[in-house]
Amino acid sequence: MSKGVGVDLEDVCIRFGDFVAVREANVNIKGGEFFSFLGPSGCGKTTILRAVSGFLEPSEGRVLIGGKDMAGFGPNKRPTALIFQNLALFPLMKVWENITFSLEVQGVGKAARRKRADELLEMIALTGQGDKLPSELSGGQKQRVAIARALCAEPDVLLLDEPLSALDLKLRQHMRTELREIQKRVGITFIYITHDQGEALTMSDNVAVMRAGIVDQIADGHTIYNDPATPFVASFVGENNVFRGKIKSINGDHAIIDTNRSGDLVAKIATTAKGSLGVGDEAMMFLRPEACKIASDTSAAQNRLTAKVLHEEFEGQIYNVFLEGAQSKEIKMSLVNVGQERQSSKSDELTLEYNPDQAIVLPAGELASE
Amino acid sequence: MNISNAFRNYFEKNGVGLGTFLLVVVLFWVVVLIILPQLSMLDFSFRHHLPPPEMGGPKDVYTLEHYEYLVLGAPGADTSYNVVDLGVFGRTLMAAVFVTVLNLVICYPIAYYLAQSKGSGGTTRILVLLLIIPYWINEILRAFAFRIIFGDSGLINETLIVMGLIDNPIDFIRANVALYAGLGYAYILLMIFPIYNVIESLDRNQIEAARDMGASWARIHWRVVIPYAKPGISSGCTMVFMLTAGALAAPQILGGPSSLWFTQIIYQWFNQGGNWPRGAAFAIVLLVTCVIIVLSMMRLFKVKMGDIGK
Repeated sequence: MSKGVGVDLEDVCIRFGDFVAVREANVNIKGGEFFSFLGPSGCGKTTILRAVSGFLEPSEGRVLIGGKDMAGFGPNKRPTALIFQNLALFPLMKVWENITFSLEVQGVGKAARRKRADELLEMIALTGQGDKLPSELSGGQKQRVAIARALCAEPDVLLLDEPLSALDLKLRQHMRTELREIQKRVGITFIYITHDQGEALTMSDNVAVMRAGIVDQIADGHTIYNDPATPFVASFVGENNVFRGKIKSINGDHAIIDTNRSGDLVAKIATTAKGSLGVGDEAMMFLRPEACKIASDTSAAQNRLTAKVLHEEFEGQIYNVFLEGAQSKEIKMSLVNVGQERQSSKSDELTLEYNPDQAIVLPAGELASE
Repeated sequence: MNISNAFRNYFEKNGVGLGTFLLVVVLFWVVVLIILPQLSMLDFSFRHHLPPPEMGGPKDVYTLEHYEYLVLGAPGADTSYNVVDLGVFGRTLMAAVFVTVLNLVICYPIAYYLAQSKGSGGTTRILVLLLIIPYWINEILRAFAFRIIFGDSGLINETLIVMGLIDNPIDFIRANVALYAGLGYAYILLMIFPIYNVIESLDRNQIEAARDMGASWARIHWRVVIPYAKPGISSGCTMVFMLTAGALAAPQILGGPSSLWFTQIIYQWFNQGGNWPRGAAFAIVLLVTCVIIVLSMMRLFKVKMGDIGK
C-alpha cells in the first residue's frame, strides 16, 4: 500500500449561515486505505466529501491531501475523482467518451483515448461495449462505467458518494466485493460515504461514524461494532437492546449497573469510557440480540434476565424473538438457525443469558433515532 | 396499436364530452385557421391578377406568372433577373439569420443563469419579471420606443455627446442598428424560455462531474450543457428565425430609408398594389424557403423533429 496518498482533515468546521454542518472534524486517512464515513442522512458526511473534492471550502480548518494544504484549489485542480450518488454519466456521450473525458480535457488524442478506454473497459468486464450510450447499459454496468471514468484520470484519492444506494440488494452486495477488489488492485485511497452500515463494515479498513456534524468514532469495523465509543454509535451500528440505569460498582474492566427495570446486570466498560465512568453515574448498557441465548440454568445471576415471549419472526438465517422482561421492558434476541425446532409460543417464560464481555456499558447519551 | 383502438383509448381516458371538445377545437384550429388559409393562398398564387368580374371566367386559369416575376422580373426589363426583389429576399434571410445568431449568443447565458440559479429566490424572480413585463407593452409601441432611443436626439446619442465621445449624432436608423436591436429584442423571450426549460432539467451533478475531471467552463458548456440544450436551442432558433423573417412592424418602423424587408414587399402587393396573387406567390416563396432553411439546419445539427417539442 505505497501508492496511496493520505487525506487529513484538521479541525474542519463547515457552516452554512447559522447551520453548522460539520464541527471540528479531525480525521487522518492513511494512503491506500478504504475509509468510510457512516451516518444517518443529514449528518454532514456528504459535506465532508465535498470539502475534500473541492466543491466547497471549509469555514475553518484545513484539508490536506498528501500532506499538502488544498485551500484555494478547485475541484478541477485536486488529485481526487468523485463518483456521484446518481453517477452523473454524460447521457449524450458514448461509454468510451464518458470514461476518457478526463483525458479529453487534457488534450490527449483520440486514438490514445480509445486505447485507454478499451483497457479500462476490460478491467470492468465491459469489453466491446464502448460504443454504447449509458442509457443502453444496466444499473450495475453504469456503476462500473462510473468507476472506470473516475479511475481514468489516475486520481490519488477516489471519493464515492453512496454510489450503490440505487441498486437492488443482490447487485449491491456483488458491487461491494467488486469495489473492494478494485481498490486493492489500484491501491489508491478510497473515501466512501454511506448510511448503510453493512457497506461500511464489509468494505472499509476504517470507519468514521458521524452524528449531526460530529465525528463520534473512528476505528476499524470490529471495534465500531464490538466496542462503540458513544451510545449513538452503539445504537446506530447494528441493533442493540438498551438498558438505562446507574453504575453500582466497578470491578476492573466490568461494571454492575442497577438498571431501571431489569435489576442488576454486569457488562464490560467500553474502552473509551474507562476511567471516566464512576459509581453512581448515569449509564447505558448495550446488549446485542445475537449475544443473548437461552440459559439452561434458570437461577438468578447478574448476566441473566427472565422474560416472556411476545412473538417470533423467522428471517431465514436467524430467528428474532421479541420478549417482554420485567416491567414490560422490551428485549430482542436473535438465534442462529442451525436447523433446530423453534416453537416457543407466546407467553413462554424464558431465562436469557449473555457473556458479560459481549455487553457494553457507556455513559448515558444520545441514541440514534430509528 | 391501430387507429380505432387509439380512438377508443382516447375517449375512455378523457370522456366523451371533453374528448369531443378537445378534438373539435384542435381540428378547427389546425384545419380552418391554418391549413385552409394556406391552401387558399397557394391557390391564389397560381392565378392571374384579374379584375373581380373576370374571376371564374375563361381567363381565370392557373399560371406561374407571379413566380416568374419574382425570379425574372417584369417582361422586357433591363436585367435578366429581378435583382431588386431577389436582393431584398436574400438580405431579409441573411438579416434573419444574423438576428437569430445574435439572439442565441445573448440569450444562452441568460437562460443558463436562470436555469441554474433556480430556487435561489429573489434575484432570479426579479430578473424574470424584468424580462416579461416589457412584453405587456404593444409591439408597435415598443418599436417606436426603440426609434426614440436610437434617434438623432435619442437617449444613446445624447449620452454619447454629453460624455464627449462623439460630436455629431450617429444615424443608427440608417445603419440599421435600430432595426437589428428592435428585432433582436422582439423575440428574446422565445429564445430564452425553450433553452431555460431544457437546461433546468440538466442534472447539476453532470456539470460538477465534468469540473471534477478538470474541464474548463468552456469545455463543460461545449461538451455537456450545449449538447443537452440542443433541442431547446433549435426550438428557440426556429421560432426567432421564422418570426424575424416574417416580421413587418419592426422593419416598417425601425428600418432605414434604403432598406426594405421582404415582408414589406409582400405587404405592398396585397395593399397598395392590390395584386393579391402576386403577394400570395411571394409569401409562399418566403414560407417555403424559411421551412427549407430550418429543416436543413436541423439536419446539419442532428436535431430530430420530436426533440423540438420537449
